[in-house]
Amino acid sequence: MTGDAAAPRRAPAPVRGPRTRPRAPKLPRRARVGLAAAALLGGAILPLFLASGGGLIEDATLALAYVVMALGLNIIVGFAGLLDLGYVAFFAIGAYTMGYFGSLFHINVNGGEGIHVLVSGVAAELPGIHLNFLLIVVLAIIATTIAGMLIGLPTLRLRGDYIAIVTLAFGEIVGRIAINGDEITGFGTKLTNGRQGITPVDKIDLPFLDPFTALNLRPWYWVAFVMVLLVLFVNFRLRDSRLGRAWIALREDEVAAVSMGVPAVKTKLLAYGTGAAFGGISGAFLGSYLNTVNADQFQFSFSIFILAMVILGGLGSIWGVVVGAIALSFINNYLIPDVLNNVPARIGLDFDLTQLSFGIFGFLLVIMMVLRPEGLIPERRRQLELQEGIEDLAVDGDDVQPAVRP
Amino acid sequence: MASASLTGARAAAPARVVRAFLDKYGLICLLLVMPVAFGIHDLRTEGDLSRLGNNLLDGLSNGSIWALVAIGYTLVYGIVELINFAHGDVFMIGSFTAAGFFGTIGLTAATGVPGLIAGLLLTLLVAMLASGSLNLMIERVAYRPLRGAPRLAPLVAAVGFSFILQNVGLLWRGGSQQGIVDLINSQKELVMIAGVSVTHGDTLAIAVTIPLVLAMTLFISRTRLGKAMRATAQDPDAARLMGINVDTTISATFLIGGMLAGAAGLTYALYQTTVWYFQGFTAGLIAFTAAVMGGIGNIRGAVLGGLIIGVIQQISDNRIGSQWTPAIVFAFLVLIMVFKPSGLLGEETREAG
Repeated sequence: MTGDAAAPRRAPAPVRGPRTRPRAPKLPRRARVGLAAAALLGGAILPLFLASGGGLIEDATLALAYVVMALGLNIIVGFAGLLDLGYVAFFAIGAYTMGYFGSLFHINVNGGEGIHVLVSGVAAELPGIHLNFLLIVVLAIIATTIAGMLIGLPTLRLRGDYIAIVTLAFGEIVGRIAINGDEITGFGTKLTNGRQGITPVDKIDLPFLDPFTALNLRPWYWVAFVMVLLVLFVNFRLRDSRLGRAWIALREDEVAAVSMGVPAVKTKLLAYGTGAAFGGISGAFLGSYLNTVNADQFQFSFSIFILAMVILGGLGSIWGVVVGAIALSFINNYLIPDVLNNVPARIGLDFDLTQLSFGIFGFLLVIMMVLRPEGLIPERRRQLELQEGIEDLAVDGDDVQPAVRP
Repeated sequence: MASASLTGARAAAPARVVRAFLDKYGLICLLLVMPVAFGIHDLRTEGDLSRLGNNLLDGLSNGSIWALVAIGYTLVYGIVELINFAHGDVFMIGSFTAAGFFGTIGLTAATGVPGLIAGLLLTLLVAMLASGSLNLMIERVAYRPLRGAPRLAPLVAAVGFSFILQNVGLLWRGGSQQGIVDLINSQKELVMIAGVSVTHGDTLAIAVTIPLVLAMTLFISRTRLGKAMRATAQDPDAARLMGINVDTTISATFLIGGMLAGAAGLTYALYQTTVWYFQGFTAGLIAFTAAVMGGIGNIRGAVLGGLIIGVIQQISDNRIGSQWTPAIVFAFLVLIMVFKPSGLLGEETREAG
């Protein structure tokens, strides 16, 4: 069993002649830092140019929340190379943490008086448990990290595509429990509200600020933006840390990494835990932002939506994933429903394009895999592996690979 | 597995015996839990086993549909080591083709028996050809260019194709479950054996599956192409050196897998008398679970796994509630993956352990 995850990595074989696309020239360091700073500054002041309650800022905030999730999934899939098709589970757990500790869900708790910790405004008067948003985020991080490790644990012995299936199965199980949770009761409360969802959910309530409202979305945007900044920082620091290098080493060659002293179990579990935590943060935010924890959100297609962001941007490439997430959520929330939706009707077909959004994402996945598997902004190491590793790997491997191998 | 046996060697003797027993029979015991528990329950409350018997029969006929789909998974996995995620949706397209073709050739519930049989055979052929060529096309377009790429690439492409096909189905027949004409009077009882009622649908499912599975087995074991498939599954490089055209062999595998999925699609449409675009996703996962349960790469295993999953599903539908069935099936999937990835009749595939 130890050998299977370490099955000799197949040499990317030249199918129709070697793929030697010219590599984009690497920008000088100063230019890259400048570009990143400009992008972040632009992101920070963007809401000032948008109507504070309009559709665009709504979409932009959602996009930032998706960036956080995509960066989390990128740790699991991109850095550590563990294909997780059940990422929606962490969204669900994060959102339910928000629902449990920031809504009327436990309406009878404390004799109908409710429990309030550091909340102000309307929420302080309501029954049910109401914790401060920052506390909920901490709880969500704890819950999703544990869930991530629990889901990761059984996959440790498995190979790539089996991991995909087990995580997918977990994601589906979590989704099923969310939908049917109103049948499960214990301690005088239901597990979830089923398809009815938990709504309303408390608005974000930060210290020294008024509670947020649904009318002015700018504070929401900035909270999401700060989350993205924090997550970006953590991502970069992790990637360049000992742990990040261990993830990449495991992804490249598990046997070699283990024999160099990388603890495989711990490293993989940390990848699941960290990636899941980001999903939890974003899930808690979305629970409050969307004002509902709706069980129908937690479907397989959402996992694929996030995965498509990571793949579009470039597996393992942090900036690529940010771009991929923004691009896809823009396509999903603005381009398809608002701009292109009428196109089929205009050319005489009787359907809306919104029905097809997941077909479009599927198409995108196939096209990306066939034409540009390294993504829009590739991580350099992976690009090397995909394009130029042919000769190296064929010589490194214990047998020279034939031109085409099934 | 190495770590498991190491700890076993260090453990005390009784623990080793328990571990060996669990390794060998654990899965079987796990599978027997539900039928035995509900059998005892039936005996105590109703005094006979007819309800369990009905569950078993319905499960077997349902399971024979999953078996056909699972063979497609197992064949493809055996030969290219790819979980063909789009396979369930190929099955769905087969169902849709069959449901559409009934209308085209004018089959209605009033058609006489000879006409019905001829029409159904023709539909079966059409559905098999449609699904088979679709699967062939997917292999050609999405998987073949990725032969040399890292493993995740074809898997992601397969997931993408699955979504494309789902949307094709969505456009074709809309987003809700659609009833289709009940040609064979599916729920009508044909014969009652010891309190177990055998319906037309059960008979059809079994009558389609058994000949196809037999033909498949003969094809794999007797013909040249079947031999080439086995050789390629064992070692593609050596097969190529022996003059086998590996590309053609792989294409043939996808064609056959797709054809079986098409046959399953027709059976499903007639048996359930509803079709919808999402049926493929669930069916795909259930059939994949079946393939893994039987031991992936093993055709007999896929059939066995399909039947068992069918029974589990039926019992769970009937006793626990159909909204929980997917969760139960997936829980079995996780348990098998974790504790016995080689399955019931596991053959070790090339790189699997």
